[in-house]
Amino acid sequence: MTEALGFLFANFFSLNTQLIVLAALTPFLLAALGELVTERSGVLNLGVEGMMIMGAVAGFGGAFLTQNPWVGIITSILAGMAMALLFAFLSITLVTNQVASGLALTLLGLGLSGLIGESFVGQPGVKLPAIAGIDPLMVAAPILTLIVAFVLFRTRWGLVIRAVGNNHNAAHALGYGVSKVRYLCVLFGGACSGLAGGYLALVYTPQWVENMTAGKGWIALALVVFASWRPIRMAAGAYLFGAISILAFQIQTYGWGIPPQFLNSLPYLVTILALVLISGSRALATRNTPAMLGQPFVPDR
Amino acid sequence: MKKFLMTVGAVAVAFGAAASTADAAMDKVKACWVYVGPIGDFGWSYQHNQGLLAVKAALGDKVETAFVESVAEADSEKTFERFARDGCNIVFGTSFGYMEPMLKVAAKFPDVKFEHATGYKTADNLGTYNAKFHEGRYVIGQIAAKMSKAGKAGYIVSFPIPEVVSGINAFMLGAQTVNPDFKIEVIWANTWFDPAKEADAAKVLLGKGVDIMVQHTDSTAPLQESEKAGAQGFGQASDMIKFAPKAQLTAIVDDWSPHYIKSVTAVLEGSWKSGQYWGGMNDGEVVMAPFTNMPEDVAKMAMETTAAIKAGTLNPFGGKITKQDGTMVENLGDGDILGMNWYVKGVDDKLPQ
Repeated sequence: MTEALGFLFANFFSLNTQLIVLAALTPFLLAALGELVTERSGVLNLGVEGMMIMGAVAGFGGAFLTQNPWVGIITSILAGMAMALLFAFLSITLVTNQVASGLALTLLGLGLSGLIGESFVGQPGVKLPAIAGIDPLMVAAPILTLIVAFVLFRTRWGLVIRAVGNNHNAAHALGYGVSKVRYLCVLFGGACSGLAGGYLALVYTPQWVENMTAGKGWIALALVVFASWRPIRMAAGAYLFGAISILAFQIQTYGWGIPPQFLNSLPYLVTILALVLISGSRALATRNTPAMLGQPFVPDR
Repeated sequence: MKKFLMTVGAVAVAFGAAASTADAAMDKVKACWVYVGPIGDFGWSYQHNQGLLAVKAALGDKVETAFVESVAEADSEKTFERFARDGCNIVFGTSFGYMEPMLKVAAKFPDVKFEHATGYKTADNLGTYNAKFHEGRYVIGQIAAKMSKAGKAGYIVSFPIPEVVSGINAFMLGAQTVNPDFKIEVIWANTWFDPAKEADAAKVLLGKGVDIMVQHTDSTAPLQESEKAGAQGFGQASDMIKFAPKAQLTAIVDDWSPHYIKSVTAVLEGSWKSGQYWGGMNDGEVVMAPFTNMPEDVAKMAMETTAAIKAGTLNPFGGKITKQDGTMVENLGDGDILGMNWYVKGVDDKLPQ
């Protein structure tokens, strides 16, 4: 048993396994980053899953029709943004209920992507090139995390975004365009979710099948909340989630008789537990929660 | 007058005959399907829909078809009821979890025929149908043992239900005819369909040095990972050669068309009867995709095994079988296989309960 534990340890911390973990966390991290910025501006977009799946089908389609994976990356981002624009128009311009609009966006995305992708089913996809198991997006996601963290907390733009998310009336009184800032943040969220979907269809499992996101958008949403809207913490959460998922599979192959149902639920349990613990202090959590989250903004004048 | 009487007589005879069997023949039949997943999954639901298309092609304008996809088990009852009310003559349900809802709706609509895939409860107007997937698993077990240099295969599975367990057992029994020490490393993914998760499981197994990948989950992801890593594997439910031109050795293809055509034709002719149908290779329901990427002698062996199973001279679960716990069983019947909840000797995994 100790010997086997040693093998497991060595196996888990090998470069090969760490690369698997990095690839596994990339779609979650990308989608969650976009949602984090969206929520920081005070908008709750529950349509991550819908934007992601549209990104996946558009990414596959773009790459498949042109035989160029980079075109696929661009079309996946654009598809995510198009969905986000629809959501922004509904929830910001028409001031509809954000929860309902977000859920509708997810349902729309799941249905529409199936319709668009009908002729893609059963076609092998075009793969984004990777060097030694490292693909470009795997590198881009952590860098993007640092950029988002820097912009949100070290720049004037970030201050404006957080101001809009914390008190839109005050931000409006100071002369900031609340709607404009929120539009841009929602669009950024759409771009990130679309890219996350594109990652699935172009890198992870290069193919199109209906519902291939299989609920990843919802996990990304949960990561944002449990990391209390802090990008670096969220990246740590995403790593933990990816790592435990892979570790759970590795443990299974050692045949120790631990019920696989339990092992497969570990990533959820451990990630939630860890993020709740590090976000433990209630004052800290309240300080980080965007105060205007989910609240519509209608200017007085 | 004489002609009139003859017509009346003929009608009476026809009526009497129909009443004595089951139903009257029809000019046109409406057949309806309820799928658990999207038809674009390129796996389970996709193959059932191929069956629907085959019925359409075979019966032409004598049949009208309809389907609803992605129907969750929990709210399937209203879908079945709607189909029954909409004038469907026969309704097919394609998930194990539809069993109770179908029983309920079938009792409410005695004139409508129902057929439930992979279930075991029947009624006068509710039959079941299933496929002997384990026959194919026996063949790929032999191929795996021949092709593997490492002497072990990775095996990604969904849920510990009899269909999956009997598949693992048939695979091992096949492999052991070639290499008695053949090993498998099992990962339970706890999902039928999640490409990314299946890919993760495949990566973990390949990282542990398996060179053959077997899956009882529905996406092409494990096969794609094998292709990337230079390993080989088997397609599931449909022929996945396009996704892994170098890695796919063969695939166990579900072909529901023969059964669907037979059932719908039976309704059309008024001869449909409830029952439990379990078709295998011999019935054309379990089909092996072309044997590729392997030496001649391995392909020849696989073809001979397939032919023997078809001819009925070889039964994967025939003869004496040693269980994992060392006890012996023999003369397993259909019921034993349909309810299988134990491993054969040589499987290192512990069966989740």
